[in-house]
Amino acid sequence: MRFLFKTSYEDDIKLFPHLGYFVSYGILLALLLIAPYVLSSYLMSQLVFVCIYATVGVGLLILTGFTGQASLGHAAFLAIGAYTAAYLQKYNVPFPAYFLAAGALTGLIGAMVGFPALRLTGIYLVIATISFALIVEEILARWESVTNGNEGMRVKTLSLLGVTVPRDSPTFYFLCLAVLVLTIVGTLNLLRSPTGRAFVAIRDSETAARSMGVNVALYKVKSFAISAAITGFAGVLFAHKLSFISPEMFTLQLSIEFIIVVLIGGTFSLHGAVLGAIFIVMIDPFLTYLKDDMPGIIAGIAATFGAGPATAGNIQSKVAAFASLNGLKGAIYGIIIVLFVLFEPLGLYGRWLKIKLFFQLFPLYKRATFKRQKIYVKSERNR
Amino acid sequence: MLDFVQQLVSGVALGCVYGLIALGFVLVYKATEVVNFAQGDLMMLGGFFAFTFIGMMGLNYWIGFAGAVAAMALFGMLAERVVVRPILGYPQFSIIMATIGLGYFLRSVAGMIWGTDDLKIETPFSQGVLRVGSLVLAYDKLSVIAATVILCTLLWLFFNKTTLGTAMRASSENMLAAYYMGIPVKRVVSVVWAISAAVATCAGVLLAPITFIHSNVGLVLGLKAFPAAVLGGFGSIPGAVVGGVLIGVIESMAGFYLAEGWKDVAPYIVLLAVLLLKPEGLFGLHVRKKV
Repeated sequence: MRFLFKTSYEDDIKLFPHLGYFVSYGILLALLLIAPYVLSSYLMSQLVFVCIYATVGVGLLILTGFTGQASLGHAAFLAIGAYTAAYLQKYNVPFPAYFLAAGALTGLIGAMVGFPALRLTGIYLVIATISFALIVEEILARWESVTNGNEGMRVKTLSLLGVTVPRDSPTFYFLCLAVLVLTIVGTLNLLRSPTGRAFVAIRDSETAARSMGVNVALYKVKSFAISAAITGFAGVLFAHKLSFISPEMFTLQLSIEFIIVVLIGGTFSLHGAVLGAIFIVMIDPFLTYLKDDMPGIIAGIAATFGAGPATAGNIQSKVAAFASLNGLKGAIYGIIIVLFVLFEPLGLYGRWLKIKLFFQLFPLYKRATFKRQKIYVKSERNR
Repeated sequence: MLDFVQQLVSGVALGCVYGLIALGFVLVYKATEVVNFAQGDLMMLGGFFAFTFIGMMGLNYWIGFAGAVAAMALFGMLAERVVVRPILGYPQFSIIMATIGLGYFLRSVAGMIWGTDDLKIETPFSQGVLRVGSLVLAYDKLSVIAATVILCTLLWLFFNKTTLGTAMRASSENMLAAYYMGIPVKRVVSVVWAISAAVATCAGVLLAPITFIHSNVGLVLGLKAFPAAVLGGFGSIPGAVVGGVLIGVIESMAGFYLAEGWKDVAPYIVLLAVLLLKPEGLFGLHVRKKV
């Protein structure tokens, strides 16, 4: 096991505490850079979605994971970013300008949502953000002069510095990857600055933070604004990737999906946003794969256990019928969420940390290391 | 003027629907400080159970109704045992996510079992209208209003006058202390979920002639009932009904007097405005935190 001796505060806040970080993240980056030349175009497209979802996840983590303010309205911020891009594009605004404008506008609206949210906690905040998202959805459908209503808007191909970047080109993937990496690095820097420390203090105890001199209202609004702005940036990329946007893409369902990203990934670290995004985006092709191949596999297993060809064929068609049932995907979704909440509340990244610690401490690992405290008294709950 | 009164009355009827669903939210919240996002889906499932008993097995309406309520009460206990009990005491947000997951699951499974068509139950209230002067009120809406008033009164009495109700309030305040005082907290929570599932079933069955039963009805109505519960202040039984009626009246007024599109948004705008002024809703209690 490696012991890091920290002799100063600078040691404590290093982004790369030791050489291993350079090696592992270097390898990861190299793999991501050669990915477009190795993977199939379908997987590349999914990878772009992973980047976009992970960017939103990072934005949501700042608000939900680090400031402790739940939000079920992030689809609205994504929509505002996407529509800003599509609208400004009509007036031939160059990409960098509308990219920044989308982030700025979404950030501003995020701050405006943050103000009323200051006094709300827990369930009241959740319902307020849901209300906000529903109102935005309705505005998008009704404000036809700008958003083209329910007919949706076509988003032109991205052109960057005079070069057109089609949505399925490697360049577009690199752009999304760059936005994600910059967002992550920026957020890491934010979190080790006084602002980030104030966010975490507010999450852990608002009263304690206030008594330490943290301006709770200011930092909550800041957190909302930053989180919304990042989501707005992701929204621009989302619009370009889909090349067509309409209000029914940005429903409550999408907000829930974003929350699932951070929940499944793990809400206490930025790794969680990326892992969760991979999970959410890849579950679709995985389920399709299962649906196509599972009946054959199960029939094969039955055959090896001595089932005749007729029985095996019967089993295969039964499984196939079950797999193509309408709504099976929703049920699996639901089960996954419940299982994660019940058995892996720290998410995928938490599981990775547990495995790592298990091998580091090999015979001495204690399960209780990661046990969370239960609070049974209403007045002691901090939210 | 007549238009106004007619809109008011139909708004109240609609609001009682929301109030009836909101009652279920409030019950669970009052006893366990858990917000059950799957409440609307429990209502949907209750409607499907009733459809199975009445429409498919051909039982008498009232027997089928009672059967559905009993079955759903058991189902509520099961859901509590499997999904909620292991995470009681964890931050509220985990439980919200767990119940959202439960809702997803129930919606999909109901869609798989009963299909995606709109189903209808023949009820004694399906036909006929009540005329007061030139006001018109359908019996099915009237039945919802009556049920809301009755259930609200019964539940209020239950929570404030009976021993079990007092035990529920105690365990909501401090589960540990309640446990030390000899209150069987686990069983209390279980009973609360049974009651709330039963209330949801009542809503589902009474709504069947109005909204029909399909697998998304819970989501749609739940999203309206939820603001109702918040508007009234989570944790207040009369508040839920008042909130529901307010939301219903606002919705029907906005639908009649304002341009198209306001109808769906107006309740949420009012909700946000109320939360700005009173963050704990209209009848909610302000809870001071211990540091």
